[in-house]
Amino acid sequence: MTAHVEKKRLEDPPAKFKLRIQRRDNEDAQVRWETFELAYRRNLNVISALMDVRKNPVTIEGKQTTPPVWDMSCLEQVCGICTMVIDGRVRQSCSALIDDLLLESGNDSITLQPMSKFPNVRDLVVDRSRMFEHLQQVHAWIELDGTYDLGPGPQISNETAQERYAYSRCMTCGCCLEACPQYDDDEYIGPQAIAQARLFNMHPVGKMDSDERLNGLMGNDGITNCGNAQNCVQVCPMSIPLTRAIYETNRDITVNALFGWLRK
Amino acid sequence: MASTNLKIAIVGGGLAGLAAAMKIAEAGHEVDLISVVPVKRSHSVCAQGGINGAVNTKGEGDSPAKHLDDTVYGGDFLANQPPVKRMTDMAPEIIYLFDRMGVPFSRTKEGLLDFRRFGGTLHHRTAFAGASTGQQLLYALDEQVRKWETQGKVNKYEGWEMLSLVLDDHQVCRGLIAMDLRSLELKAFQADAVIIATGGPGLIFGKSTNSMTCTGSAVSTCYQQGARYANGEFIQVHPTSIPGEDKLRLMSESARGEGGRVWVPKIDGDSRDPKDIPEGERWYFLEEKYPAYGNLVPRDIATREIFQVCLEGHGVAGENQVYLDLTHIPAETLTRKLGAILEIYEMFVGDDPRYVPMRIFPGVHYSMGGLWVDFEQRTNIPGLFAAGECDYSIHGANRLGANSLVSCVYGGFVAAPAAVEYAKNVDRGNTESNGIHDAELRRQQEINASIISNEGDENQYKLHEEMGKWMTDNVTVVRYNDRLKATDEKLLELQNRFKRISINDSNLWATQAVPHARQLWNMLQLARVITLGALNRNESRGAHYKPDFPDRDDDNYLKTTIAEYSEEAPVFSYEPVDVSLVEPRKRDYSKGKAAK
Repeated sequence: MTAHVEKKRLEDPPAKFKLRIQRRDNEDAQVRWETFELAYRRNLNVISALMDVRKNPVTIEGKQTTPPVWDMSCLEQVCGICTMVIDGRVRQSCSALIDDLLLESGNDSITLQPMSKFPNVRDLVVDRSRMFEHLQQVHAWIELDGTYDLGPGPQISNETAQERYAYSRCMTCGCCLEACPQYDDDEYIGPQAIAQARLFNMHPVGKMDSDERLNGLMGNDGITNCGNAQNCVQVCPMSIPLTRAIYETNRDITVNALFGWLRK
Repeated sequence: MASTNLKIAIVGGGLAGLAAAMKIAEAGHEVDLISVVPVKRSHSVCAQGGINGAVNTKGEGDSPAKHLDDTVYGGDFLANQPPVKRMTDMAPEIIYLFDRMGVPFSRTKEGLLDFRRFGGTLHHRTAFAGASTGQQLLYALDEQVRKWETQGKVNKYEGWEMLSLVLDDHQVCRGLIAMDLRSLELKAFQADAVIIATGGPGLIFGKSTNSMTCTGSAVSTCYQQGARYANGEFIQVHPTSIPGEDKLRLMSESARGEGGRVWVPKIDGDSRDPKDIPEGERWYFLEEKYPAYGNLVPRDIATREIFQVCLEGHGVAGENQVYLDLTHIPAETLTRKLGAILEIYEMFVGDDPRYVPMRIFPGVHYSMGGLWVDFEQRTNIPGLFAAGECDYSIHGANRLGANSLVSCVYGGFVAAPAAVEYAKNVDRGNTESNGIHDAELRRQQEINASIISNEGDENQYKLHEEMGKWMTDNVTVVRYNDRLKATDEKLLELQNRFKRISINDSNLWATQAVPHARQLWNMLQLARVITLGALNRNESRGAHYKPDFPDRDDDNYLKTTIAEYSEEAPVFSYEPVDVSLVEPRKRDYSKGKAAK
């Protein structure tokens, strides 16, 4: 058991702080930057700072501007929608506390940018529909005979359940794809979908059609594109063992390639 | 003539909407699924603790009949009992179905489903996947619906918001109008039946435990177009939330289910570190007042007790907060059983609840009220169905923990076949060509145009804040008639000031200003239903508490509140509650067999 360490706190907060926001009117428009100055209060996160700006969108130069647009929903870091790049690091803006950001940077300014690997709809909003298409590609579901009452599912050890739970927490936020040096356009499907394939291939019923999932990962955009940079596992807000998923899925694909013909 | 290619539209992609979509697709029909966010990001992900079903694997003699009794008793007998029975009967098979879909439920040594205890029951009845059960259940349905999507059975419209229903001259629902939240383009969806599954209206209270999508806007438009809204005054305030600037974050009841204890220092304003306050100098007020259920009394009771303790100045450091303490449980056990929610606390507050007692306070959480539906989830508008938090049917005056997930799925599973059956038999007539969809589309375009062209001195976000503050201060835990009246006057004033808002955004592409303005107007309408419903109910029952009328009054108020829209004010009527299965009795959680 690790000993409990108390978190370092911002001792001497500034009276005001700045929010530098990368703006873009639409996907085709030029990028521009705007800075807003806000009064410091305890317990602010990036979202509440953005809400302050939205109520009164006037830049530090005193120029009236349009309210910045960003995505948000649960604000508890479980829906994944509010992901953006904050001070150069991809993460959810709801759980990015102003105190921590100021403490980390040592200055009074925070920079917000949209994720760079997805189409930039406007300001801090991106379109991640590609990630949901990945899930189709790897058949990320269990095939059922039907949803009528067929009694309980298979008995599963708690150990396996916990291992699967770790993968099942993926909220499709895109942090791993943003951080992955190989993920760009449609050249590599990326760790998110590989981990979801692993989630279902680990299930006693899901196993029965694991070939379909592995096939989805053997194309040109498949698992072999992983360059083993291991950035994904560092930035995953849910601490999903993404590199393990890639390793184990790779192993399954090799086994499949070697012995798969025996089952034909 | 009835048609063979049915068109069913579902609004909302949380548990209820996806449950319905899956059933309809499985039955071979096509679904248009409309959701403001990608469905995998719906508010159901926030549900933490678990899903109830009397599977009875713990040798406790649990049964669906006991689940029924706990639910209607916990709901202070305001729920019609037949649908509750149907739900509690169906609950075990719902849990088994999710098990088959691969939800990583926590397991016992034998590899069976594990169950934990939750509020308002003495049984281990709650299946759970860590402390993010809602997320896991939603993902399972999302996966199944994705499979149907690849087979062309489900057409998703994600990033679209419903603006209104399309009703024909006979008030029959023939589809809906929705808006693309990027282009603001409007589209008419023709449908033989529409299922509303848009969740709760927590944002009416400004800050709540709800997601930012939970405006109740779609439901409010149905109400404004003639759908009856029932028991609006019953708003659950969750006893344990983490106050924040942007929202109140939920601290799951499972923290108490796993042994969490609520206390305040016996000495007011005691400034010692909580760990330095000896056992004898702590006041475990819930355990003292309710020896049988202790910290697991139903939510309305826990909320009022915490609220009252703070009101009397006994809160930690004299503020509106009490301790929720888990530090007596081994850190390893806590991580395994409650990891997800403890992380949330640590992330947002900075203290690790495994070592430092949490500071919590009640927060608006759930609406027991919603669209009126019959026992087949049909609203009073032919062709319009409702399921999930947005319907009123299951929880009466107070919802028990872990009953929401099961009621969402149940609602979807009942609404789906009912909608299919209706759609099979309804005569489309000439509704596809008679122009009613175009007319409604134009009406909605005009509303958008007037919002966009408005140039007034009011700021819509400030109006929203003001509404939220008034509603939270006056229409939550404790209610007084004079303050409810004043709140209604305030809401009317806000409705007037709304007409002078300026959207403040010259770039209409992906603007949030126009959708928010529409949501705000709809919230202001529903806020009156909640407030006036509370004003009219002169008793205390479940979550609705009036100090001037402290007792439940079955002679006068064992009845469902029904609100119908009129331009001046909601028109109220009442209908009797079906209590044919469990005879109403006084709710008393201070006695009874002590918990194991």
